[in-house]
This record gives sequence, C-alpha cells and structure tokens, in this order.
Amino acid sequence: MFTSFEDLWVHLADNYIVVVSIILFGVGFTTLLFSRNLLKKVVGLNIMDTGVYLLLVSMGFIDGRHAPIIANGVTDTAHYINPIPSGLVLTGIVVSVSVTAIMLSLIVRLYEKYHSLNLDVIYELRNKEEHV
Amino acid sequence: MLRDLFASDFIHNFPLFAIILCLLCAVISFVLQGGGARRLTYILILIGMALNGSVLLHNLITGERFTYMMGHFPAPWGNEIAAGLLEPAFALLFGVVILCSITAGKNRISTDVRADKQHFYYILVDLAQVAMFALCYTNDIFTGYVFIEICTLASCGLLMIRNAGKPLVAATRYMIFNLIGSGMFLMGITMLYGVTGHLLFPQLQQAAASAWNSGAYHGIMILSIGLTVSGLAIKSGLFPFHFWMPDTYGTATPASSAILSGVISKGYIFLLIKIIYRVYGHSVFMETGIQNVLFLFGIAGMIVGSVSAIRAGTITKMTAFSSAAQIGYIFMGIGMGTREAMIAVFFHICAHAITKPVLFLSGGALIDASGGGRDFASLRGAAHRNPAAGLAFLCGSLSMIGFPIFTGFISKLYFALSAFAFPHKSMLVLLALAVSTILNVIYFMYVSVILYTGRPAPGKRVGVCRQKAFATAVFLLILVNVAIGLHSQPLTGLFELGLDLFLQL
Repeated sequence: MFTSFEDLWVHLADNYIVVVSIILFGVGFTTLLFSRNLLKKVVGLNIMDTGVYLLLVSMGFIDGRHAPIIANGVTDTAHYINPIPSGLVLTGIVVSVSVTAIMLSLIVRLYEKYHSLNLDVIYELRNKEEHV
Repeated sequence: MLRDLFASDFIHNFPLFAIILCLLCAVISFVLQGGGARRLTYILILIGMALNGSVLLHNLITGERFTYMMGHFPAPWGNEIAAGLLEPAFALLFGVVILCSITAGKNRISTDVRADKQHFYYILVDLAQVAMFALCYTNDIFTGYVFIEICTLASCGLLMIRNAGKPLVAATRYMIFNLIGSGMFLMGITMLYGVTGHLLFPQLQQAAASAWNSGAYHGIMILSIGLTVSGLAIKSGLFPFHFWMPDTYGTATPASSAILSGVISKGYIFLLIKIIYRVYGHSVFMETGIQNVLFLFGIAGMIVGSVSAIRAGTITKMTAFSSAAQIGYIFMGIGMGTREAMIAVFFHICAHAITKPVLFLSGGALIDASGGGRDFASLRGAAHRNPAAGLAFLCGSLSMIGFPIFTGFISKLYFALSAFAFPHKSMLVLLALAVSTILNVIYFMYVSVILYTGRPAPGKRVGVCRQKAFATAVFLLILVNVAIGLHSQPLTGLFELGLDLFLQL
C-alpha cells in the first residue's frame, strides 16, 4: 500500500482534512467518554460532532468551484460544489445544538441539586442519598 | 369492496400522515393541560395504529413493498419512505405498546410529574412515537440519524421529567452513552457516504456492493460498518454497554421505563437490521466478520445480564438487567445471520416489546403497594396487596422464562431450531440458551415466590376496581402475548414474507 514512510506522509498531507477530522473526532470522543467534568463532556461532544461535519463538508467541496448559490445567471452545475453535504451539515448542526441545549439543562439541574459538575462527586452524593 | 379499499394507492400516503400527525399533536399539546394532552395522545396513537394497520393490510393484499417520494426530487437526490410488511408491522406494535404503557402508568405519571408539566410528558411521548415511525419507514440513512437524535432527546426528556436526584443522574448517564453511540453512527454513515456518494438505501446498497467487490475500500467499509453497528448496539444496550440500563429503567416513572425498554431500544435494533440488509447488504456484512463479534457479545450479554439480574437488590434493577439479557438474545440471532435466526430475532423483538412493559408497569404497581420499597424484603407478599399487578408480573415472568403458551417460548424455540441450521456453532447457541433460561428461571421465580409468599408487610390492598386503566392495559398486553404464543404461525408467516420483501431493492 505505502512503499515508504515518505509515501505515507505524502498521502496524509494530501488528505489533511480527513486527518484533522479524525483527530478532532478522537479528541471529542475520548473527552465525552473519559472526562469526569460534565461541562468538558459537552465541549467534547461538540468537538466530536465538528470533526464529523468537517469530514462531511469536505466531501462536497470541489477545488475551484463556487458555493451552490446561483449568481450572475450561471446555472451550469459544473460551476458549483456539491450542495448535499453542506445541507447535511446544516441539519447536523441543528441536531447538535438541540442535544447541547438538553445536556446543558441537565447539567444546570444536576448542579442545583448536588452543587458539583464532577460526575464522581455526583455519583457519591447520589449513593449517600440512596442509603439515607 | 373492502379489499379494493385497502388495495388503493392512496394508502401510500399513510406512513407520512402518521409521522406528520404525531408532530402536529406534539405542537398542539403545548397549549393544552395535562389531561387534554393525554387524550390527544390517545387519539393520535389510535389513528397511528389505524394508518399503520391499513399500510400492513395494503401490502399484504398487493404482496409488494412501495416507496414514497418525499418532496419534488426523485431518487437518488430526494428523500423517500419505504414500506414492506415488517415496517408497518413494527410501527403498529410500537403504537400498541406505547398506548398500553401510558394507560397503565397514568396514575404514576400524575404523581411523578409536576401538574404544570404533565402536558410536556405527552409531548415527549408524541415525539418518541414520531421517531419510531420514522425509524421504521425511512429509506434515507441521514434521516435515520436525525430521528435517532430526536428519539434520544425524547427519551432523555421522559427520564428527566421526574424531578428528583436519581432520575437526573440516570438521564445524564443515558444521554452520555447515547451521544457516544450517535457520534459513532454519524461517523460510520459519513464514511459510507464518502465511499458511495448516496444516502438512499437502494442506491447505497448497489454502490456499497460495487465498492466492496472492487476490493479497494475494504478497510473503510469495515470501519464504517463497525462504527454504525457499534453506535446502534450502544444505544440499544448490548453487553458490555448495558451498564446505563439499571439506573435508567430503575429510576424513571414506570411508563417511561416501559416505553424505553419495550419500544425505543427495539426501534434502534430494527434500524440496525434495516441497515444490515438494505444498506450494506447481507452478503457484504457477513464477509466483514462483524457478525461474529455481535454473536459473541450477544451470548455474553445473555449470561452476564442474567447473572447481574440475580445479583440485583431491587425488582426494577433486576428487570432492567433482564432487558440486557434479552437484548443479548436478539444480537445473538443477528450474529447468526441465517433466515431462521432472523425470524427468531423478529419474534423475540415482538415478545420482549410486549412483555417487558408488563414487568415494569406491574413492578411499579407492586412497589406502590409496598409503600415505595423496591427491595425484595419490602415486596414480600406484595401480590396479595395488589393481586392484578402480582398476576401480571407472574405472567410476564413466565413469558420471559419461555414458558409454553407465551410468546417468549416461541422465540426461544425458534432460536433453538435456527441453531441447527448453523452447524459449526449450534452447540454454543444451545448451551447459551439453556444456561440463560435456567438463570431466568432462578431470578424470575425467586421474585414471584417472594411476591406470593411470606408474611405480607403492612399495606393497603389495591383492588382491580381501583386501577381499571392499569388492569385493562396490562392484561391487553398479556392477552396479545398469549394469543401469539398459542397461534404463532400467522406471525411467523408475516415475518417470512416480510423478510422476503425486505430484501427487495
């Protein structure tokens, strides 16, 4: 597949958007999974989603072409990039915002109840509550 | 005359009508009081059942599946709905289970949810229902993702609406696991879109098969399938991602637990089966080897879920861990991948969807009859204090164990029969079924014995007359359970025919 390290490096440099997307996805995913701070989890969720959206929108991009908005009467499709991934990303952003809003509202209610953003502390307090 | 009516092409509009109606009712419910919103939800579910039933009859009469173009753009650019036999059948089943769950859990909803927020509960039920219908009918993978997220939001709302510490913590945990699953699913479908350039199932399947056969995209395809399947497996609670279940199902109001365990998790599994068969294609999926991972995790889930249920200290946690074990059965069947195993999978989805709500709802009623005590010591003799709930719990337990005359028996029988068509792993399947069934007997019979024996703890006796809605809804589910258990052949025929139509492009 790759004959040398240099080959691999060139391949990665050519596909730098994919590399950045996967790094962002990985950073967000691990933060969402392992961070004990609830706010950092929400930040991780948004970084993870951003990684996916970057990958998705890059799939519709064609070098040298324009945003798919008809300007100066040009209707030839060869003039524009593929609009579908951009549309999907817009939909995805709406979903992300909704999910973030729900998560933040949950965090506010948890903070009001337990006065902490740390999941371990919250679990501990909940267990104490259970045994009372 | 009636045959002509149901053969009409106008029925092709019905799946969309059902989806739009749910959304409309959710909006209208904002301006209604709790009681009004509840009645509107009942009407909506009944209309949804009639619409889905009509689609099912239409497809049975015509013997074909249809696709319905959404908007003005034809395939491959526009969005589509598709319906064979399995899609309306499961949409109908989900409607029945949601209706029975909110009817039987009505009293607890009114005590667990603040009076001024009760209409929100029914809005969330409407949204959960719209998400289920869309997951059943969609023919577009990105629409599938959007409705997965709508379903996650509605489910989280159904959990956190009970304003107490434990449900809030459980909802947070549920959300985190679900968001991880959604993220993986989205990444998986993005990679697939990168390889194929399509979003509609038929075009995706053709492009995915070409990409796989070309040999150039094996790595990315395996990664895409792995992420998509793992995402949905996490969301449906497959071992080892089942640890959110006990808190989630154990602390929510019983109607929410019933909807989440009986309907929502099944919706994700149904979408997963659709994606395996109609997006990646069964042969490509089997060549990746991912089915072996699902098979092993399924078997592990059957055993670990049951052992955890035995060790659980409360009735709700026990029932929740039992769900993890039952999800294991379903994934074991998906991992086997044969036609016989898939029929068993559909049967088990059906059996679990109508049985588990009975257990959660009757468990909740028994806890109420025991002064709120969830542990087994408090529940001793609870079936004498609430005979209807005790009998319902016993029937649900017998179905889960796989006692003849109940649906649970039929699905386990089909799993065992399908094992023989799976020569090199048949012993493993049979052994897992035997061990899991013995473990099921241990914990369900232990609880049932506790409920009926010993010195009853003090508490008021609750007669059937004081809980008509609960008794009607729960015994309707048991009646359906027994009816299917005694006459399984029509449903088996429907699933066989449905699977054939499912495979059509």
